[in-house]
Amino acid sequence: MASINIIKDKCIGCKICISNCPFGAIKVENKKAEILENCTLCGACVSSCKFMAIDFQKDEVKGTADLESYKGVLVFGEQKNGIVENVAMELLGEGRKLADALSTPLSVVVLGHDIKDKAENLIKYGADKVYLVDDKSLEIFNDESYCDIIVQIINKYKPEIVLFGATTYGRSLAPRISSRINTGLTADCTGLEIDPKDKVLMQTRPAFGGNLMATIMCPNHRPQMSTVRPKVMKPLEIDNKRIGEVIIPNISIPSNLKVNVKEIVSDLCEMVNLTEADIIVSGGRGLGDPKNFKLLEDLAKVLNGAVGASRAAVDAGWIEYSHQVGQTGKTVGPKIYFACGISGAVQHLAGMSSADTIIAINKNPDAPIFKIAHFGIVGDVLEVIPALISEFRAKLG
Amino acid sequence: MNIIVCIKQVPGTNEVKMNMETNTIIREGVEAIVNPFDMYAVEEALRIRDNLGGRVTALSMGIPAVSVLLKDMIGLGVDDAVLMSDRAFAGADSLATSYTLSMGIKKIGGYDLIICGKQATDGDTAQVGPSLAEKLGLPHTTYVRRIEEIKEGYIRCQRLTDDGYEVIEMPLPAVITVVKEINEPRLPSIKAMMRAKKAEVTVWTADDVGADIDKCGLKGSPTQVVKTFIPVHDIESEVFEGTPEEQSKQLVEKLTNMKFKICT
Ligand SMILES: Cc1cc2nc3c(=O)[nH]c(=O)nc-3n(C[C@H](O)[C@H](O)[C@H](O)COP(=O)(O)OP(=O)(O)OC[C@H]3O[C@@H](n4cnc5c(N)ncnc54)[C@H](O)[C@@H]3O)c2cc1C
Ligand SMILES: Nc1ncnc2c1ncn2[C@@H]1O[C@H](COP(=O)(O)O)[C@@H](O)[C@H]1O
Repeated sequence: MASINIIKDKCIGCKICISNCPFGAIKVENKKAEILENCTLCGACVSSCKFMAIDFQKDEVKGTADLESYKGVLVFGEQKNGIVENVAMELLGEGRKLADALSTPLSVVVLGHDIKDKAENLIKYGADKVYLVDDKSLEIFNDESYCDIIVQIINKYKPEIVLFGATTYGRSLAPRISSRINTGLTADCTGLEIDPKDKVLMQTRPAFGGNLMATIMCPNHRPQMSTVRPKVMKPLEIDNKRIGEVIIPNISIPSNLKVNVKEIVSDLCEMVNLTEADIIVSGGRGLGDPKNFKLLEDLAKVLNGAVGASRAAVDAGWIEYSHQVGQTGKTVGPKIYFACGISGAVQHLAGMSSADTIIAINKNPDAPIFKIAHFGIVGDVLEVIPALISEFRAKLG
Repeated sequence: MNIIVCIKQVPGTNEVKMNMETNTIIREGVEAIVNPFDMYAVEEALRIRDNLGGRVTALSMGIPAVSVLLKDMIGLGVDDAVLMSDRAFAGADSLATSYTLSMGIKKIGGYDLIICGKQATDGDTAQVGPSLAEKLGLPHTTYVRRIEEIKEGYIRCQRLTDDGYEVIEMPLPAVITVVKEINEPRLPSIKAMMRAKKAEVTVWTADDVGADIDKCGLKGSPTQVVKTFIPVHDIESEVFEGTPEEQSKQLVEKLTNMKFKICT
């Protein structure tokens, strides 16, 4: 059985491993480290030890039998209302990079109804092959049928890598698929790379609400699967000359489904989808009153952005939970994030620290949010936001 | 209506603080808590049981110390608590966790609904719910924010989506994962806490549930962590000065000169 042990002769009791253990599962007594029973065998301590005093014994893992027969990169081309989501283009951009590093083709699978043109269009974004499954029943997302069909596609074409967007649907669908075919899945990745030596996929993702980054591999099972955080990867420039083919795979469309989506409701109060927005204006307890969220909406409107919130604002009942950003809310990655009257608790940062540009507006110059902000304004939100609105109006016309 | 709630022990996130100077996680006084999302799962199960009758079982895979947290769940009103604990379970990724939990659930038997939290705050994977549903051959719905109707063999619920929600129906048994919006968890009552003190937590090993240890723990985990590191935020901050109007002017100047073009 796998185990982690301290090599007592080598351990000098320096305690570096303690600060690297995400689970608080190491203590030092009498100048020697000791692994506690709540160790989860994650291995984070092993490389942190400068004295090579931590021995990690792993078992032989039985993997996929015909590893070598899996070739190519497959991307899930998520669509909603017949429109391919941006994240699919981002995955194609990233997938192209991985496929080129492996010298294999890049394909995308699109499920839907009457979307041949849009599926074909994905060739311009980097796909060599588009697998199109067209059926009236696939018009809207359904965990059961989508899982069934994508498993058939994977078993038929045997890709070595499969990528999904870490969207509501992607994060529900991908684990169901990986569980059926018994392979690994890494959630919400923000970095993907091919190891130049072993040619395996190195998947980097945040854990512990973004306080720790982990790089994860799936060496013995195929395909290697990831969900990828939206807005992190870059789509390719559209290229009308790129060639590729649309393939209609011969697969069976499942019927007699157990899961039935009865109704789809879009929240009208949400002007722009938070996870898709390029600009987010978020408010916290510092707004002081629910009516001040109106100010944020005005700023968001001027900038064509969406409104977010901290948990404190949501818990106070000032705005709906669907707007909450953070560890227990949504993870967002906009180009610009305005944090207005938000202190910058780690749980909030977990949901927005990958924004390209962060702007903090807070009356307390020592608020932690300033530590991660690119630009800061120290002042009262109720004065600053109206000033910003008129300034943007003047500048942008 | 018999319900199984899956709960996970995680490090108490309240205590996890970053030392911004050295960029390390401060680990002092890390206490173990029940994953916050799982508290909503427990609450929802209790509410359904209080309406329809039946039993609620809390199930966890973890170290022996988790039995303390499971007793707390009994203090909240959960009827039975089962801890799956075995060295062979250590190091499990979401696939191995799902397999192991599925074996425990099969042994418990007689269930109508399984409720998981949306995600655990340590790994943040949100994969165990759907993966477990697959291992049990049951339908699932994630991010449930409201149960509209539940009765013998039928559930209709609302799934939170990026721009609203969906109404989904499934036959029971089924698996759902719940978000914070679904309810307001209760506090333990004195009477139940007294009962919890004396309560027994059932402990099962791999053998007890007939689990194949090749599919458990590190051995049953296709994914391997090869490296962990603390992210560095080496950000150049610029804090403006002057009146709100002056500061706003400077900020707008900066933003409109960026590569990313703001458009109205
Ligand atoms: C398990 C767990 C999960 C959590 N998940 C989340 C999550 O998903 N998202 C989240 O956001 N939080 C989350 N939290 C809560 C988090 O720890 C903080 O409590 C929360 O983010 C604080 O919100 P806030 O910044 O709005 O409020 P506060 O911390 O109260 O900050 C208010 C800020 O406003 C400033 N201010 C006050 N008045 C003004 C004014 N007139 N003008 C300008 N500035 C002003 C103050 O200086 C202060 O910095 C979680 C906590 C736990 C334990
Ligand atoms: N070891 C475990 N024991 C019991 N339930 C678990 C365990 N790990 C995960 N879960 C359940 O699965 C949910 C999602 O966890 P995760 O996929 O780890 O983010 C949690 O909220 C729990 O309900």
